[in-house]
Amino acid sequence: MDFGGINPVILIAGLMATAVPILLAALGETVVERSGVLNLGVEGMMVIGALGGFVTAVHTGSPALGFLGGAVAGALLSLIFAALTQVFLANQVATGLALTLFGLGVSSLGGQGYNGIKPPHTPGLLPEALAGIPVAGPILFGHDWVVYFSIAMTALVWWVLKATRIGLIIRAVGESHDSAHALGYKVNRIRLLCILFGGAMAGIGGAYVSLARVPQWVDGITAGAGWIALAIVVFASWRPWRVLAGAYFFGGIGALQLNVQVSGGIPLGILGLIALVCGAILAVGLLRRSTPERPQMHPAAVAVLAVPPLVWVVGLAMGVTQIKVPVEYLSMAPFVLTIVVLVIMSSGRGKAATGAPASLGQNFHASR
Amino acid sequence: MLRLEKRPTPSRFWLYATPVVAVVLTMIVGGILFALMGKNPFEVIRTIFWDPVFGEFAFYLRGQLLVKAGPLILIAIGLALGFRAGIWNIGAEGQYIMGAVVGASVGLAVFPTDNRLIFPVMVLAGAFGGWAWAMIPAILKTRFNTNEILVSLMLVYVAQTILAKAATGFLKNPEGMGFPGSRNFSSYPAAANPELIAGSGLHWGGVTALVTAVLAYILLSRHIAGYQIKLAGQAPRAARFHGVSPTRLVMLCMGLSGALAGLAGLFEVTGPAGQISIDFNTGYGFTAIIVAFLGRLNPLGIVLAGFLMALTYVGGEMASTNLGLPAAAIQVFQGMLLFFLLAVDVLTNYRFRLGAGAASAGAK
Repeated sequence: MDFGGINPVILIAGLMATAVPILLAALGETVVERSGVLNLGVEGMMVIGALGGFVTAVHTGSPALGFLGGAVAGALLSLIFAALTQVFLANQVATGLALTLFGLGVSSLGGQGYNGIKPPHTPGLLPEALAGIPVAGPILFGHDWVVYFSIAMTALVWWVLKATRIGLIIRAVGESHDSAHALGYKVNRIRLLCILFGGAMAGIGGAYVSLARVPQWVDGITAGAGWIALAIVVFASWRPWRVLAGAYFFGGIGALQLNVQVSGGIPLGILGLIALVCGAILAVGLLRRSTPERPQMHPAAVAVLAVPPLVWVVGLAMGVTQIKVPVEYLSMAPFVLTIVVLVIMSSGRGKAATGAPASLGQNFHASR
Repeated sequence: MLRLEKRPTPSRFWLYATPVVAVVLTMIVGGILFALMGKNPFEVIRTIFWDPVFGEFAFYLRGQLLVKAGPLILIAIGLALGFRAGIWNIGAEGQYIMGAVVGASVGLAVFPTDNRLIFPVMVLAGAFGGWAWAMIPAILKTRFNTNEILVSLMLVYVAQTILAKAATGFLKNPEGMGFPGSRNFSSYPAAANPELIAGSGLHWGGVTALVTAVLAYILLSRHIAGYQIKLAGQAPRAARFHGVSPTRLVMLCMGLSGALAGLAGLFEVTGPAGQISIDFNTGYGFTAIIVAFLGRLNPLGIVLAGFLMALTYVGGEMASTNLGLPAAAIQVFQGMLLFFLLAVDVLTNYRFRLGAGAASAGAK
């Protein structure tokens, strides 16, 4: 099966791996934000994790230890954020930005001398024979363990937040820190632990970039992935499975970008698919905006969904198979799409309706 | 045990002492870092903070100081207006790039016409480019309630792509033997931004930065809009009752900071940088965030902070050529400065008390 030079099986298998760094970082940030803390330093923690993981793996020769090193590096950096915001009550937005600037600086300082080295290979988890099965093999069985780990973590974060006592405490702290404090919970301590978890997850995500995706060390290796992870948390409405969907959507764009650079243009079928996903998100956004008083949004939603297949059919009829796009514009696509999706998901609804934790970004001090 | 206690009113003393303490702490910890890297910490600190102003090559480096401080101050003042109102424009780097690209495009479009109006028009175009780029997050924020932090930041990456396209495509020097980069403005006097006094480092960007600082100070302390900005930042609910329109405020703050960043970009590209190249932007838009905080979000404080940060740039370059200090070490140093500033800042609103302090908990 072939879509104008791009094999969908390879694309899907590729997107699952491409999505891992932003998925892990966004899951960590989901927990952090659910506890009421806005840590904008994800990019910094990822890049430190990428360096920590790379250095550990190169010196020990073990990729598994490398990911552990990435987690430790990310958590250590997030400890600075935790100390500043939870002990010194510093502004979270400013501290998060400082964390990113600092992390980028430290990583490029510490990474000197590691350029051009190949890290140890992270092998596939399951036997080769399983991965050889047509279609299902590469998609379901062909990955390294981090890909399965990221999916397992999605389920774990979802379950913990939804069904456990720990999750309830985290959410209570994030929704109303005063009430949680009155109930006897140590608000700042709980938030500190959540921040460390977020740092470790971002660190593993970063380590996956330098150990498996690229795999080598270059300055600023994460290239904005941390910011996309932050955006995904917002438009996933702070829900883990939606984070997974968002990460796979952007992973898909990233994987496609690589494919297109090889084949020279976007196949019409894939373009239709992207348009369909965007249309679906837009339709959901429109449906949510419509109220009993304004039901006219329903036809609009249907119209939006109908456009991509229409374009596709017209394109096919005219004999267009792929659309040429300059590489430069393709590299900005993830960022433009992030903005578009953010706009759709946040439009027309109040803070309460989007599911944002009520205490998000506010510091807590018991003396108030 | 040490514990924090909220002050009834913010401390005036610590408001002004915080940056000084932060700088001293950064020097100490930075010195330890440099020592760990095998450099003599005293020599490095002296090279960064003393030599550019009083050292052997100070006659040249003092000018460089103004060259670096100009754009930092210009951008930071715009950002500070927004930060004061709780509007977080993080994408100044993108607005800086777009100001440079739009302004340079206007100038290069009429090459090689000679008219004294060309440069002023380019300045306006640069401000417009930055303003328009900042209007994207502003409109999305006011119209669709979209997070301005994320949108303005995403637009930095988009702007960088456009810059790359400009340098290798639509603004590429037709006589440049195929190398990326636009025509050099130093060979096009009508559109250039030269040094105004030889050796001083002062160009129109520096002049604009200093004038803007004074205007912004007047705006914040004397004008109704400045009052509204401060009110919206400190008490958003009170501001709404007072009749301050959040939409207008977002448009004003984002627009102003975008236009100022765009101006900074245009002055940089026509002056010190000389041409549009893939990497003419050197992260001023991000460093300006540190400058804004270091200057206590106060225009006059920002001028001082801008010079201090320029010192770390100029001195850092010296340290890197003379002592072999990696350039990234300066970036770490700047990040540390912001950390210490944010940490020490707790003393403005809180005081440390010894003991269990049950009395204060009972009082309030």
